Amino acid sequence: MLTHAWLIPAIPAVAFVLILAFGKKLPRGGSEIGIASVSICFVLALAVATGWIGRVNHPPASEHGTDTQEVVTEHGTEPAAEGDHATETEPGTEDAPATAEEHGAAATADDRLPVASAAAEEAGEEHHSTPPVVREMKWFQSNGINFQVGTMIDGLSTVMLVVVTLISLLVHVFSTDYVAGDRRYTHYFAFLSLFTASMLFYVLSSSTLQMIVGWELVGLCSFGLIGHWWEEKPNSDAALKAFLVNRVGDIGLLCGMIILFFAAGGTFSVVDINTMANHGEIRHFLLLMASLSLITAVMSKSGQFILHTWLPDAMAGPTPVSALIHAATMVVAGIYMVARLYGVFFNGLSIGTGNINALAVVGSVTLLFGALLAFVQSDIKKVLAYSTVSQLGYMVMALGVGAWTAAIFHLFTHAFFKACLFLGSGSLAHHIHSFDFKKDMGGMRKTMPRTYVTFLIGTAALMGVPIVTSGFWSKDEVLAGASMLGGNGDGYTFALVMGLLAAACTCAYMTRLIWYVFFGEPRGKSAEHHLHENGPRIVLPLMILAFLAITSGWTNLPAKVFGISVPENLALRFEHFVEPTDTYFPTAANGFHHPEFVPWIAMVSLVAIIVGAGGAYLWYWKGMGPHGITERNRFARAGYKILENKYGLDILYVDWIAGSFKGPIAKAANWVNQNVLDGVVNAVGTTARRSGEAVYRYIDQGVVDGAVNASGAGADGAGEILRKAQTGKVQAYGAYLFVGAALLAAIFVIAS
Amino acid sequence: MKDLLNGWGATAVVFLPLVGAAVMLAIPKSEETLHKVVALTTSLVVFAVGVALLVNFDYDHGATLQFFQDKTWIEVINSRYIVGIDGISLPLIALTVFVVPLVIVYSWDHFPEPHNPKAFLLLILILETGMVGSFVAQDLLLFFVFFEFVLLPMYFMIGVYGGENRKYASLKFFLYTAFGSALMIVAILATYFLSPEVVIDGVSRHTFSMVALTEWGGAGLAKNTAILIFGGFFMGFGIKVPMFPFHTWLPDAHTQAPTQGSVILAAVLLKLGTYGFVRIAIPILPEGAKWWAPIIGGLAVIGIIYGALGCLAQTDMKRLIAFSSVAHMGYVMLGIATLTPFGINAAIFGMVAHGLITGMLFFIAGSVKDRYHTLEIKRLGGLLLQAPRMGWLLGFSSMASLGLPGLAGFWGEFPAILSAYNPGAGLDEALFRFYMVVAAIGTVFAAGYLLWLLQRVAFGTPTEEFEKAHIHDMHLTDYIAWAPMIVFIVVLGVYPNLIFKVTDSAVVHSLTALGGS
Amino acid sequence: MLLNQFLILAAILFCTGVYGVISRRNGVLVLMSIELILNSVNLNLVAFSAMTGAVAGQVFALFVIAVAAAEVGVGLAIVLAIFRNFRTVDIDEVDLMKG
Repeated sequence: MLTHAWLIPAIPAVAFVLILAFGKKLPRGGSEIGIASVSICFVLALAVATGWIGRVNHPPASEHGTDTQEVVTEHGTEPAAEGDHATETEPGTEDAPATAEEHGAAATADDRLPVASAAAEEAGEEHHSTPPVVREMKWFQSNGINFQVGTMIDGLSTVMLVVVTLISLLVHVFSTDYVAGDRRYTHYFAFLSLFTASMLFYVLSSSTLQMIVGWELVGLCSFGLIGHWWEEKPNSDAALKAFLVNRVGDIGLLCGMIILFFAAGGTFSVVDINTMANHGEIRHFLLLMASLSLITAVMSKSGQFILHTWLPDAMAGPTPVSALIHAATMVVAGIYMVARLYGVFFNGLSIGTGNINALAVVGSVTLLFGALLAFVQSDIKKVLAYSTVSQLGYMVMALGVGAWTAAIFHLFTHAFFKACLFLGSGSLAHHIHSFDFKKDMGGMRKTMPRTYVTFLIGTAALMGVPIVTSGFWSKDEVLAGASMLGGNGDGYTFALVMGLLAAACTCAYMTRLIWYVFFGEPRGKSAEHHLHENGPRIVLPLMILAFLAITSGWTNLPAKVFGISVPENLALRFEHFVEPTDTYFPTAANGFHHPEFVPWIAMVSLVAIIVGAGGAYLWYWKGMGPHGITERNRFARAGYKILENKYGLDILYVDWIAGSFKGPIAKAANWVNQNVLDGVVNAVGTTARRSGEAVYRYIDQGVVDGAVNASGAGADGAGEILRKAQTGKVQAYGAYLFVGAALLAAIFVIAS
Repeated sequence: MKDLLNGWGATAVVFLPLVGAAVMLAIPKSEETLHKVVALTTSLVVFAVGVALLVNFDYDHGATLQFFQDKTWIEVINSRYIVGIDGISLPLIALTVFVVPLVIVYSWDHFPEPHNPKAFLLLILILETGMVGSFVAQDLLLFFVFFEFVLLPMYFMIGVYGGENRKYASLKFFLYTAFGSALMIVAILATYFLSPEVVIDGVSRHTFSMVALTEWGGAGLAKNTAILIFGGFFMGFGIKVPMFPFHTWLPDAHTQAPTQGSVILAAVLLKLGTYGFVRIAIPILPEGAKWWAPIIGGLAVIGIIYGALGCLAQTDMKRLIAFSSVAHMGYVMLGIATLTPFGINAAIFGMVAHGLITGMLFFIAGSVKDRYHTLEIKRLGGLLLQAPRMGWLLGFSSMASLGLPGLAGFWGEFPAILSAYNPGAGLDEALFRFYMVVAAIGTVFAAGYLLWLLQRVAFGTPTEEFEKAHIHDMHLTDYIAWAPMIVFIVVLGVYPNLIFKVTDSAVVHSLTALGGS
Repeated sequence: MLLNQFLILAAILFCTGVYGVISRRNGVLVLMSIELILNSVNLNLVAFSAMTGAVAGQVFALFVIAVAAAEVGVGLAIVLAIFRNFRTVDIDEVDLMKG
């Protein structure tokens, strides 16, 4: 299965085409195709996971012979898709010569790989390494170089496969009820399938070029689904905004990937690029530039502060879409990219040295600023959206402090509990068609008990309630990373403080949300409608997700918790299976370390939870605290205003930047075009015509023709003058005669 | 079959349209259906010949000219009838013979005023000869003749079948390009006289043969001379592309031209310019190319941003699409300016992709105009409600146009940006990296104006004006004409090697005169 | 006998005649003035003939007299014709040939 992973994105892609083509004619509008395809994918993803676990437990070094065998048979049995040769490459197995040979067959950049393999050998001596399964075929050639497309399976992509397919499946099921009767039911499912395909394609990428493709395709699906109800302008505005903000990030993505392509000597291969970065074969400056460029992309796709503004707006889409795309899967594409190219980021940003770096700063700032914004929202989905921004900040921060596993682990748990929360909000709003919890909700714990329980579990996980919930384990690991990996405690303390503050904020705003939604008296629409719990297709996914929101945290129990040793085959399973051990991943030699469970951090974060949740409890339930302070205090009001205006970023982007490009700048450019450039052209044309006219009028008609006319006119004029001499009077003639004769005579006389 | 093609293939694909045109001349004007059938048949036969060429092309030797013919033409100046097809021209020939039948099908019930199928179809067939001829010609003078030959039918197409302002637009189009051609012929003559003589049949003579001139590669030519001659070619081809700041004929021509004219103009005519750079200017005058490359690259990225800004300001859908061509051809020219195989491969891909995608956009714009009788963006809206299929296709084409991966546009755009990071032939890296960033920023603008167009035209609800109007969705002819284009946009996007493998070796070969890049 | 007297007389006659031709408005008087001019010429011819003894001068004078007679005949006829057409003999009035 590991070598046939290409099937996983292919199935939903085919489903997309089928749904578009036949969906409307099917009894369930194409949703059955979608669900079937995603179910198959989920099963396949589980198969991949099993395969991968087996591979980690029994690394291929011992069975290398059979592996090669496998390659050979594939050559034979595969219909050699598109008629091109497919090759499997396994960089960095201990068996260096054999690997080099294999790479010779891979036909990409073989000159470099023996080095990589040799280094792999060194690393391999220290600890057991499990190479990824890479299977590629030729995509296109340029300048004589073949570019490969293929799949790469390792722990990271396996986790993503499972998360994406599972959540996609649950969202599909949820949607069949939730969007039933929608005006574009079939299109909705088609796009869900396309999204699933794109995301799976993305996480299976074996080359950075492929990542760009997947990256943009998920962006397209996001655009299509945010703008699902495009009849209303705000929705299409939100869709446009999402796409354009992401495009801004894509500048960084393109530039970063291009820098890496050339820095690595002309290859897009993820494994090669990372390996070279780890071995110091790429100039540090280039790695730094590439990392910084790519961080822009992460900021846009994963909603990091200052490019996060699209994410809350993206809630204009249907709620299941928010759960799938804008909380659990697509937005973590940025995180995934950093994790995937961690060799580049780790070395480029010198994360291992413990100094503060761009990634950590971006993450830290985002996680707090996002959490603060969640306070002033009155739309349940917006609160969750800002919470997502904040949680993504945790992941970025974790990557920035070098806690790779913590970041991915948090990604894993967050996917479940955030999907649970989003779908829960959809369940709440299903009947009342409103997400405004201040106006239209309240007291819903009685009318929707199951939703209430699952939502509460999700909230607990998000808050990180100790021991039981998954959020605790993952968030704690992130914070531990921030506290431990900073070397002498210089660099990352900032990140740790921000993380703790945000943890308190998270608890507070979630408690506020719970209060407004589930407690108090029903308000607005929730009072008008006779509410009841939703059907099984909505509640069942919620329950599954709530279950996972608790249990998923147990996959990476620390080795020691408060002095209690966890059995070895239970502890750190996630790290063991997911974290790459091959040369394309930073090693201790690069300064990569693992954080351990830190009791005092756990205690402090517990305090943060109590302070946050307790404070909010006292404020809302008991009515304590300075209520109405925003009306009384100037500073509090100013702070509230800043948050309400989302730090003014929207105004900056939409009104100033986009507005000025759409308006004055574009008009100016157009003006230049019409008046300057076209003006020049027209002026040349007019001048040419004028000079033609001038030539005609003055030279042709004036001079050339003039000479002809002038001779005529001269004769005419002369006649006119001489005419006067002809008086018709004979006497005058006589007089002339005599005068003439006299003159002649006089001449004769004088001359003689 | 193979021998026949080797002897006549290239000639047939050029002149068969003229044969069809001759037949049509003999048929009285009133026989409209017959005219349509004859024209369609002709174009399909040409297409079939094109397919035969594609099938029989030896892809392992893309760099050598195939279906090669070399016959005496104008003996006195040693200009010869040399035709041949290699990896650079093959995709463009394929594009041309592919687009023309679709345009004719689309015309079936959509003849623009003054409805005169005979004349209109004749123009299209004559155009086809000129276009294909330019791509197969391997003699500078022959190329020039075909290059100019294209102008006339297009002039009439715009001038007779165009919109309100057609006279101005057609004249501008004609004069502008003719002006460039004037400088180009000077460059051609300079090349002719300054290149060394070639021995043919024991006689040493000057030559117009591109093959011989490419081999010569400007060796021994003074650098300043090379730069000047390249300047002549630059004006001739740059205006045709059109490059900023010589682009102003394009929006007018596109806006005024009938839909079919716009499609052909966008799909094929603009490519004559870029093709000229790749085929003639750079291989023959590499030294000149090196000097000009930073300028071309600079103008290209200005064009990208500038075209995008122009798009944002437009109020007319067709004019917006026309401006987007300026931006897209900027990417193509940026790829060419890098003087690397990467860049030029991308440029050729970009040409084909732009031909398909922008052609598609113009088709849709034409149909929108046909239904709503206006292209004023303000008056449109809710296309997806009234004509959902057309709306979807507009969305699809916009996405393709903005360079979404998985569709053809991406493979013209991304590799071009990529190649700018590492320009060839000792060009200034820092400058080109700056170009790269600007070009990358251009992708944001591209998304901006296209999606904004999509939002205003397709999303939302129809304006009051057209609320009650009955809007017919796609006609049968639309389906037939558009489906192949859509299919190819997807297929090329998914499997770009279809073009890259054809062009690669030829491009590498054509750059040999530049030395190690 | 001096030639001078004859020549002076002839000159006076000639000048009188010329004056008459140019300034008189009556056609008949113009004709008469022409006669004066002719006669002044005759006087010169005869005077030179007498001085030099050559006969030709006198013969020439006779011819002139004859021609003058004819001329007057034609001239008077013209004057009559003019009078008949224009009811005047004032030749200033007769400028049909004015350009």
